[in-house]
Amino acid sequence: MMLETILGLFTLTMVAIVAIATIMSSNLFVASMWFGIFSLLMASNFFILDAADVALTEAAVGAGVSTVLFMGALALTAEKETIRMRTNWLPVAALVALSLVLFVATFEQPVLGDINAPVHQHVAPWYIEKTPEYINIPNIVTAILASFRGYDTLGEVLVIFTAGIGVLSVLSFKPKSKQSLSGEQLGQKVRGVQHHVILRVVGKLIIPILLLFGLLVQFHGKYSPGGGFSAGALFAAAVMLYGILEGADRSEAAMPQRIMLRLAALGATLYTGVGIACMLLGGHFLDYNVLWSNPVTGQYVGILLVEFGVGLTVTTVLVMIFNAIANRPTYQA
Amino acid sequence: MTLLEQLPILVVVVPLFVAPLLAMVASRGRAPWLIATVTSAVTFLIAIGLTAQVLQTGTIYYELGNWPVPFGIGLAIGPFSALMVLIISGASLAALVAGAQSMDSEVGEQHQSLLYSCWLLALAGLIGITVTGDAFNVFVFMEISSLASYVMVANGPNRRALTASFTYLVTGTTGATFYLIGVGYLYMMTGTLNLADMADRLADVSDTLPVLIAGGFLILGLALKAALFPMHAWMPNAYQFAPTPVAVFFAACSTKVALFVMLRFDFVVLLPNLGDQAYFLSSLLIPLCVAAFLVGSAVAIFERDLKRMLGYSSVAQIGYIVLAISLVSSAGITAAVVHFFNHALMKAALFTAVAGIVLRFGSANLDQLAGLGRRMPLTMLGFVIAGLSLIGVPLTAGFISKWYLIQAVLEEPGLGILLTILILTSSLMAVVYIWKVVEVAYFKAPATGSLDDIKREEAPMPILVTLWVLVAANIWFGIDPELPLSLANMEAFDLMGGGR
Repeated sequence: MMLETILGLFTLTMVAIVAIATIMSSNLFVASMWFGIFSLLMASNFFILDAADVALTEAAVGAGVSTVLFMGALALTAEKETIRMRTNWLPVAALVALSLVLFVATFEQPVLGDINAPVHQHVAPWYIEKTPEYINIPNIVTAILASFRGYDTLGEVLVIFTAGIGVLSVLSFKPKSKQSLSGEQLGQKVRGVQHHVILRVVGKLIIPILLLFGLLVQFHGKYSPGGGFSAGALFAAAVMLYGILEGADRSEAAMPQRIMLRLAALGATLYTGVGIACMLLGGHFLDYNVLWSNPVTGQYVGILLVEFGVGLTVTTVLVMIFNAIANRPTYQA
Repeated sequence: MTLLEQLPILVVVVPLFVAPLLAMVASRGRAPWLIATVTSAVTFLIAIGLTAQVLQTGTIYYELGNWPVPFGIGLAIGPFSALMVLIISGASLAALVAGAQSMDSEVGEQHQSLLYSCWLLALAGLIGITVTGDAFNVFVFMEISSLASYVMVANGPNRRALTASFTYLVTGTTGATFYLIGVGYLYMMTGTLNLADMADRLADVSDTLPVLIAGGFLILGLALKAALFPMHAWMPNAYQFAPTPVAVFFAACSTKVALFVMLRFDFVVLLPNLGDQAYFLSSLLIPLCVAAFLVGSAVAIFERDLKRMLGYSSVAQIGYIVLAISLVSSAGITAAVVHFFNHALMKAALFTAVAGIVLRFGSANLDQLAGLGRRMPLTMLGFVIAGLSLIGVPLTAGFISKWYLIQAVLEEPGLGILLTILILTSSLMAVVYIWKVVEVAYFKAPATGSLDDIKREEAPMPILVTLWVLVAANIWFGIDPELPLSLANMEAFDLMGGGR
């Protein structure tokens, strides 16, 4: 208990320092590195608070994938921030006011970990009590995400899908004018670290481990922290690593955008489709009970299927975004 | 379960299911447009079925996954939700039917299937927000619809669409974050996300700081999303640079959904539990609303681009709606709900006319529209009638709105007369900016040649038909406002706890 408090204080202090460092650094590359550290610290903090599922996702997405995407975006723009001569005080004032308001709110909010806090008294006990009976899986978070509040999760999958097609429609179409780079020049331009032998060898060793861990997180999500979202981020991280080591043109050749788009759509369709199947079998939308003769098995099957849909969409969308950003430099010039 | 019982979820699921499939369709020819239009039409039919059901039986509930609320997510479709679903799906259908040709001329063929996929996602997202009874679910669907909207705006023909979309994205995300902070605090204090349950459980913790601050964040976040003055800067830009059919769709319904959520939260969750402070919050909004309709109308007078002009006019109309909400009375709610519906009708009509004009003139800038009245008489006549409705001339839908708004305002002791005068002033300003268009269209000679040389060249048939259906609706609901009025009265009765 004591140790957790100290660790929590430590990570939160570090978070504050890193946040300030991020704002202060005018070098955008440095700032995105700070962002990665920020996410890692937040992930540790979530872990200290016993939110392992959130921690896993934050580590994979915040520290891993989004840092890579930031770097890809920086390759398209300048590395240095344009320094403004005049400080704009309006946002500063707004932020100070906002922080003060949030600070004032802490005076009357329940203490962290208070057993009598409303969040621990109302719906949470029901989830803890009923999950073994209705769904019978040890990880209650998965039960809530995929079944009790499965409709929200479906929405989130479509949010991710929308982000994917958004990036695709803005970045991924080549200009109508002729392609000005030959295939070879193109490779030269995007194969960043190919001449670093050690990086390539060690980096490639990590890829199979990442994929394996991703599989574990995907299919073991009912028993331990994980599920489609974090697994998808891990799979995508493996592909991105490949793209960084071997060149983004090769990662796109291995996973063409058109196929990624179809798979992403398929994942979302699978999720919605399971919901519709439940309706066709006479139940409510996303009522997995009707999927099998035994309702508990039905829940199990339903969760397995929708989690697969989530994993598929998240993986393919992230790969699609990475490929779109990383290959963009070759479209110009 | 029968199909009828599944309608509440089908209205969301149909577009949500088709959208990803549409992204896979080869982006060639009319196929993507056709799929989007048919899906929209089906959604509209479901919406009509839902409205009929609500008119008969009152609020409809639906439990997702058959889990009891508040443990699972529940849908709750009241009279106002039904009206919103009708507006959203109707606007989508109208914009799609009218928009095929504009889309072809403004958006590259290779982008179209993705764009229409985003369209359906936005449609499903907006409807999802209005039918749900769960505070977090609102956020999820808000994300879907907003993200899809940013993408659609970014696909506009002009490169400035990208910056317009970026401003929209930053503002919208800030608004959504504020909303989420508000919901987070309410969850912290009540342990529930279901709106009705939240309202009940807040009674124990009302008047605590976190709840008060949650209220502030919610209203502020939703006001950002709704483009309430002075947080409106993103909206005229987004309307101007988005592909024209997208502007038709958005102008009719997108900011209204944020207002809908605001009204819901205000009356269901906050007012019963915040006591005087909620009234204080509302009274803070009134000056903003007055500024919104005065400044919005004034800026509209000076805009030369039709889309921007109509965008600023929307800023003013949002001012009317929020003013009606802030009055915290039965009459106020009725006025707000009726104006939701009528404003959708008039703005959809006006933007449809603009779509036709842009298609023929290649621009919506007033300086290039001389001879418009000669070249496209029917389109322009439609524009003028919809403009009269916007001003609030009797026998149009706009008159009904203004009538109920002024009635609601007059109930307010002390301020009533002053607010009425201000509303009338703003209406007169609307006369000025609509007249400005009329002047250019009918009386200004083109730069080369004389007025008599202009050949008649109407907007294409789909635009004309859509425009005149909408114009007819403006007149129909101006003479017989039974449908929106009865739904509005039902809603006012529900929200004010039986005519409090």
